[in-house]
Amino acid sequence: MVLVFVEGVDGAVDDVTAQALTFARRYAANEPLEAVVVGAGGREAAPALGAEGVATVHVAEHEALDAYAPLAWARCVAEVIERRSPGAVIGAGSDRGSEVLAHLAALGDLPLAANCVSAQAGDPATVTRLRWGGSLLEEARVHGAVKLLTVAPHTVAIEDATGVEATVETFTPVLSDADLVVRVCERIAAGGVGMSLAEAPVVVSGGRGVGSAEGFGPLEELADLLGGVVGCSRAVTSAGWRPHTDQVGQTGTKVAPDLYIACGISGATQHMAGCKASKRILAINKDPEAPMLASADYAVIGDVGEIIRAIVAELRRTRGA
Amino acid sequence: MNVLVCVKRVPLTGGRMVLRDDQRALETRHLGFTISPHEECGVEEAVRIAEAHGAATTVLTLGPPEAEEQLRDAMAIGIDRSILLETDGEDWDPDSTAAALVDAIEAERAAGRDPDLIVLGNESADAGNYQVGARVAHALSRPCVNGVKGLTIDEGQVRCEREVAGGRDVYVVPLPAVVTVLEGINLPRYPSVPAKLRAQRKPVERSTPQRGQARVELVRLVVPEGQGRQAEILGSGADAAPAVVEVLRQIGVA
Repeated sequence: MVLVFVEGVDGAVDDVTAQALTFARRYAANEPLEAVVVGAGGREAAPALGAEGVATVHVAEHEALDAYAPLAWARCVAEVIERRSPGAVIGAGSDRGSEVLAHLAALGDLPLAANCVSAQAGDPATVTRLRWGGSLLEEARVHGAVKLLTVAPHTVAIEDATGVEATVETFTPVLSDADLVVRVCERIAAGGVGMSLAEAPVVVSGGRGVGSAEGFGPLEELADLLGGVVGCSRAVTSAGWRPHTDQVGQTGTKVAPDLYIACGISGATQHMAGCKASKRILAINKDPEAPMLASADYAVIGDVGEIIRAIVAELRRTRGA
Repeated sequence: MNVLVCVKRVPLTGGRMVLRDDQRALETRHLGFTISPHEECGVEEAVRIAEAHGAATTVLTLGPPEAEEQLRDAMAIGIDRSILLETDGEDWDPDSTAAALVDAIEAERAAGRDPDLIVLGNESADAGNYQVGARVAHALSRPCVNGVKGLTIDEGQVRCEREVAGGRDVYVVPLPAVVTVLEGINLPRYPSVPAKLRAQRKPVERSTPQRGQARVELVRLVVPEGQGRQAEILGSGADAAPAVVEVLRQIGVA
């Protein structure tokens, strides 16, 4: 049996969860699939999970589970492992999925392979997982009676499942005070400040080649004209030219816009891990040998400021005409 | 108060991943090295806590003898002392890494330097195992807050903020505690030349831990195929603007 940790289902199964369920069905092959959902809404999730081929949904219900508490969540999954002895527990490699499975690994002294893109059950299981935010792949063997795997988001194509009628099994986990020490006690709402980097259809991104904080002026102007936002590389953030919230890359925001305009960005793997999902990439760089050009669809060679100002002027001219 | 920050030495990979012939590691002969980005911010955060609250600070790493370079970098930022758990240079699996860190922290406790706050990166830049912090916290029976982007210490507690869709979640936990931080929690300072010189005189304690059996066992590394993009050169300098605008129209963003 393969157990899937599901963060929560609000009506429909979200993409990242559907990807993890697709991964789990392939891994399970002919073995049954079960799921564990923690807290409110678990019972309501059963039909959507049944449609994904989940035969049994274990729902942890406890008054202390109204606010997210990673260790308590892991404790709930551990109880199901104890009762049902799955060969593997699979979760989405989201922030919370990664965190709950890490705590579960620590609690149960279990092996955890994070950010898998494919896997084959067996003893040992074989997995392919992401390193360097996806710039490198690792093939590994996972040893242990219960193997924990997280699924790298947006690496698995969602497949349709043969739906079943899911059975709901509710249980009340035994939670100690220590399980609830780390618990969300307050939510600060984000200030509504325009379009987010992750959602923008166009990202005009600048690197060291922009030259200074002031050098981003023309990039701002172009982004405004195209209904997009400005991004930047890690070198720019480290220099203090832009805030970290603008940073695209492995340790910044991962973006997938219709168009990514990379201005004066060399194309280090750290940066490409955050922008390679873009539908199109236009590179503007004075160095025709920059690695960015090997990952771009279009390129313009020359001074970033001069080229961007010319594009802005051309857009204004043709729109005015 | 004692603050201990764990860091990992990782190569500066530049634009291309090149593997060693045995396909078990990157070819790093021509690469520089750095502290993994999240942990670089962890070092800065530890120094800021020390500046605000007068803490004694220690940086701990598991790595090859050359990782002394990253310990010196951390001490140039302002960390007081360092511990190097020497390996033969191979990357350790997360179970063995956590076990070695826990042993070193237990030794600190025995020496009267029990860390009130242990800071790690949320995940390393290279291996990205996302679990060492949780394993260390569990072994020490301490609370663990992951993915921290804002941190304040107040009266024996640590208040942590974590970004989530729509805002920030707040956690308040008692010390001693473990936190794993994300880049962006602060902007690390550049060390001054005098600070770099002072760091050369700060202590590095060394020991050689034993590696356990890896349960996630590396078989080989593979450089993923590129997306087969072949950049079409639209021109040079300002003269390229009309061609660029034409492309913007074609793809429907102009």
